[in-house]
Amino acid sequence: MGVTFLALYFFRRFAGFAVTLFVAALIIFLLLDLLPGDPARFILGINATPEAVAALRDQMGLDAPAHERFFGWIGGMLTGDFGISTTQRLPVSQLIAERMAVTLPLSLIAMVVSIAVGLPMGILAAMRRGKATDTALMVLAQTGVAIPNFWFGMLLTLLFSVTLRWLPTGGFIPWDEDPGATLRGLILPGLALALPQASILARVMRTALVDITEQDFIRTARAKGLTKSEAIWRHGVRNALLPVLTILGLQFAYLIAGTIIVENVFYLPGLGRLIFTAISERDLVLVRGATIALVLVTTLTMLVVDLTYALVDPRLKGRDA
Amino acid sequence: MISRKSLALALFGLMLASGTALAQSNEIRIGVALEPPALDPTAGAAEAIDVVVYQNIFEGLVRIDQSGAVQPGLADSWSISEDGLTYRFVLHEGITFHDGTSFDAEDVKFTFDRLLAEDSVNAQKALYAPISAVSVIDPATVEFTLSRPDGLFLFNLGRGDAVIVAPESADSNGTEPIGTGPFAFVQWDRGSRVVLEQYGPYWGDLPALTKATYLFISDTATMTNALLAGDVDGTNNFAPEALAVFEGNPQFKVLVGSTEGETILSTNNRKAPFDDLRVRQAMAHALDRQEIIDGATYGYGVPIGTHFAPHHPYYLDLVGTYPHDLEKAKALLAEAGYPDGFSATLKLPPVAYARLSGQIIASQFAEVGIKLELINAEWAQWLEDVFANKDFDLTIISHVEPFDIGIYANPDYYFGYDNADVQALNETLNATTDEAERQALAQEIQTVIAVDAVNGYLFELAQTGVWNAKLDGMWQNAPVEGVVLRDIHWVE
Amino acid sequence: MTWGAIRQHPSLYIGLIAAAAFALLGLISLWWTPYPIEQIAIARRFHGPMAEHWLGTDHLGRDMLSLVMSGTLTSFVVAALGVLIGVGLGVPMGLAAVAWGGALEWLVLRLSDLTFAFPAIVVAILIAALAGPGETNAIIAIGVFNIPVFARVARGGALAVATQDFVAAARLAGLGNWAIAVRHLLPNIMSLLIVQGTIQLSLGILAEAGLSYIGLGTQPPATSLGLMLRDAQSLFLIHPWLSVVPGLTIVFVVIALNIAGDGLRDAMDPRLRREGLAHGAG
Repeated sequence: MGVTFLALYFFRRFAGFAVTLFVAALIIFLLLDLLPGDPARFILGINATPEAVAALRDQMGLDAPAHERFFGWIGGMLTGDFGISTTQRLPVSQLIAERMAVTLPLSLIAMVVSIAVGLPMGILAAMRRGKATDTALMVLAQTGVAIPNFWFGMLLTLLFSVTLRWLPTGGFIPWDEDPGATLRGLILPGLALALPQASILARVMRTALVDITEQDFIRTARAKGLTKSEAIWRHGVRNALLPVLTILGLQFAYLIAGTIIVENVFYLPGLGRLIFTAISERDLVLVRGATIALVLVTTLTMLVVDLTYALVDPRLKGRDA
Repeated sequence: MISRKSLALALFGLMLASGTALAQSNEIRIGVALEPPALDPTAGAAEAIDVVVYQNIFEGLVRIDQSGAVQPGLADSWSISEDGLTYRFVLHEGITFHDGTSFDAEDVKFTFDRLLAEDSVNAQKALYAPISAVSVIDPATVEFTLSRPDGLFLFNLGRGDAVIVAPESADSNGTEPIGTGPFAFVQWDRGSRVVLEQYGPYWGDLPALTKATYLFISDTATMTNALLAGDVDGTNNFAPEALAVFEGNPQFKVLVGSTEGETILSTNNRKAPFDDLRVRQAMAHALDRQEIIDGATYGYGVPIGTHFAPHHPYYLDLVGTYPHDLEKAKALLAEAGYPDGFSATLKLPPVAYARLSGQIIASQFAEVGIKLELINAEWAQWLEDVFANKDFDLTIISHVEPFDIGIYANPDYYFGYDNADVQALNETLNATTDEAERQALAQEIQTVIAVDAVNGYLFELAQTGVWNAKLDGMWQNAPVEGVVLRDIHWVE
Repeated sequence: MTWGAIRQHPSLYIGLIAAAAFALLGLISLWWTPYPIEQIAIARRFHGPMAEHWLGTDHLGRDMLSLVMSGTLTSFVVAALGVLIGVGLGVPMGLAAVAWGGALEWLVLRLSDLTFAFPAIVVAILIAALAGPGETNAIIAIGVFNIPVFARVARGGALAVATQDFVAAARLAGLGNWAIAVRHLLPNIMSLLIVQGTIQLSLGILAEAGLSYIGLGTQPPATSLGLMLRDAQSLFLIHPWLSVVPGLTIVFVVIALNIAGDGLRDAMDPRLRREGLAHGAG
């Protein structure tokens, strides 16, 4: 067993990954094909003549048969060609890359903040279980999860941008222009995104630790004379990282798409907003490209989490994760 | 990954760094709600395109000024033949496009040949249909021949749709616009901003501003905060509901002006029960215009009784044609065979004035028994349903084209009004050049459509700009779509 | 679980009662609200709390208390139907994966990956473009998000149960996969599902608010807490009250549901507690 088994598991998992992507692409394509609304009419507006609309439809290649367009799309993507956006007349891959330069760092900042705040909160609460600190921290965490993040984002702006004038109200300065300014612009949205994530993480960490303390090896450790905090610190935290890892994977996948609401509040050009505007402008080439990119990131994140799990946790090797 | 400690330090350092940098006194940052899909005004209808490029990057043969009057643009002067069918323009010489290529009569011909071509994707192609030929007399003279007289011809030449483009750059104007205007395109960070810079070799007077940045902020609360924090210096059209934040604040000036947007409750005249005049009259009586204006525009809209801009000299005040009168409305409904009212749908495009007016009108109509189902649609869907397929009962939309009463002479237009008298009147109007006669004809059409209650006439949309108090030179009114930077400057 | 157990867990008690109170407030709006919420009267807008309008009036002169009642109902209904979709499709998937195993399990996991791969917000954007925005749109988007969550929880819980002796005994006694799943696995993961349901309910209420905020959720003249918050957002500096009322209602409802969920979890059989509970990430 061991290596061969793991190899087999990896292979199956990769196959699954590929199938998921293909089916997702098919679903996206079919859904978009059903969309009402003529992209050409949208661009030209209410006073355009039918001939102008027809001319534009022709230019946009909207009238080819569906299967040709689908396989053309898949084939193109395999060679890195995501097509040309119909409204912006630019390669979709370039547009996605531009947006990823906002969404990825923003998600990372939110992750880092939520880990930096959430994990210590959870550990502290578990160590002081049942005491006032525990209660206070958990009340904080409950509230953190419950505040809608667009509301929180606006409150942050009012305090830090309008009143104190420490940080910009939003906007995105390209990284190559002034990285300091770019980062400053991402702090408030990062915080708004991190609040619920940190709260969730704190609760998961606390629960995992509390569960572990009740398990035998901690009891043994305590019997050997370690205090509760010491036992948690030495044995618990490492063991609690597994459930935390799962949550982190989920959170990252969520953040990549979930930033759209916060992007709106802080007028950031992220991937979520790209899809949002592209669909209202009926730029279907762009919508399907950006959507499949999102699906790719989420699926990839889940794949990495599962593979890490399989490497770390021997119990799982018997079954698929 | 960065260690937690160093990140915390970095954050702390950033917090200490002074807040928002103040803009240079010759730069401006303008917040706009919508991002243009592309930057070529000759290949798209979006107002957002004109907001960035009109008269800034691109110019036409003539230009529209703040009052809506036609002024010389790339053409220094022009002459019109007796019969109104030939226009000869004398072009300004020595003009270059931003890429260094020179501008002459050939560019004008190219622009209009492209606009009128079979495969043209110009959104307003129909406006230029009277042009039968454009000929180059010499590099500085160009002649337009029309198939019929057109009283609005010069004005239409001044629109964003008819700006002059060069054959070398026409195809890439959507992403990298090259025009002759006082500002040249620098960069477009999609989803975020467009940056323009003063074009040094500009042929006319150089503007005071050296740099202009357009920031795309769709959320009103965010726009408010960005203005308050000084992250943007102004916006040409701010949501009226939050204007109270800036009124009375000495750091800001609120500019309330007019637009060409007649906001109407468009009614599908082809469809029962709306094909019955009494039903349309009943609806007109059921509308409480003032409540709609207060509720949807916070009092900034100007009431209209017909399809015409109140600030236009031809405007006729017909607001009193069908006063708010519930009893009369009910009586008319009963007379038309709907004593208990009827049910209908109201399709609303994604703009605040339409969504709010829709809710208020539904509540007002409910009082006379007309039950409206609100259907909120996004633009693409709305255009397809209402405009292309004419599949709607009622909708609310602002018609922003200047002097667009001619749409009532087109029975195929989306609201389907078919009246031979109006069609004849409009034809005469188009062919008439005498001002007094034109006024009489336009007013007659205004009266007929008001009495016929073709649509519910609600209000003229206002333009409500919010600007830094130290800025001057902004247009208060919007006779055409755009934010013209030419005269904007900082005062100390 | 007994009432005694509930008394041992006061937070469960508080959470359940508070959540039920909000749900009841919403339910009452089906039959009665102080004022009809469609009734607009611009002349009486922006009133603060007063005798006729306990919570004041909004930007269209509608009674805020009536709106909160009706909005709470919408938020609950959207979130609850979202949970129902998740349970209805996710739980059978998870159970089947355990009972049959092999290729079916692989298929279920990939299906669950597939649904998970579509972020709720993107689903909502696509459906809104297809069928127009509205509550249905929000319900489906939240439901799709819930499917893999419940599939994973059900599978995790069922895996733990499946190794128990009584399941092996049942299999020996000749019970088919179907019968095992329904008679033995499902009853034993019920409490797990109830807890997860509470968590997803609170997440659903937040998700509805988010979707309404970007215009994809509830549409006027109907209302929801998220829509109220969105309408009030731009007026925050002028009439903060309009935003505080729905905002705090959301916060309280979500906290109540979470406390109830935590309490249920603590009161539950500790053997199951360690297995599989998925904490939704958003």
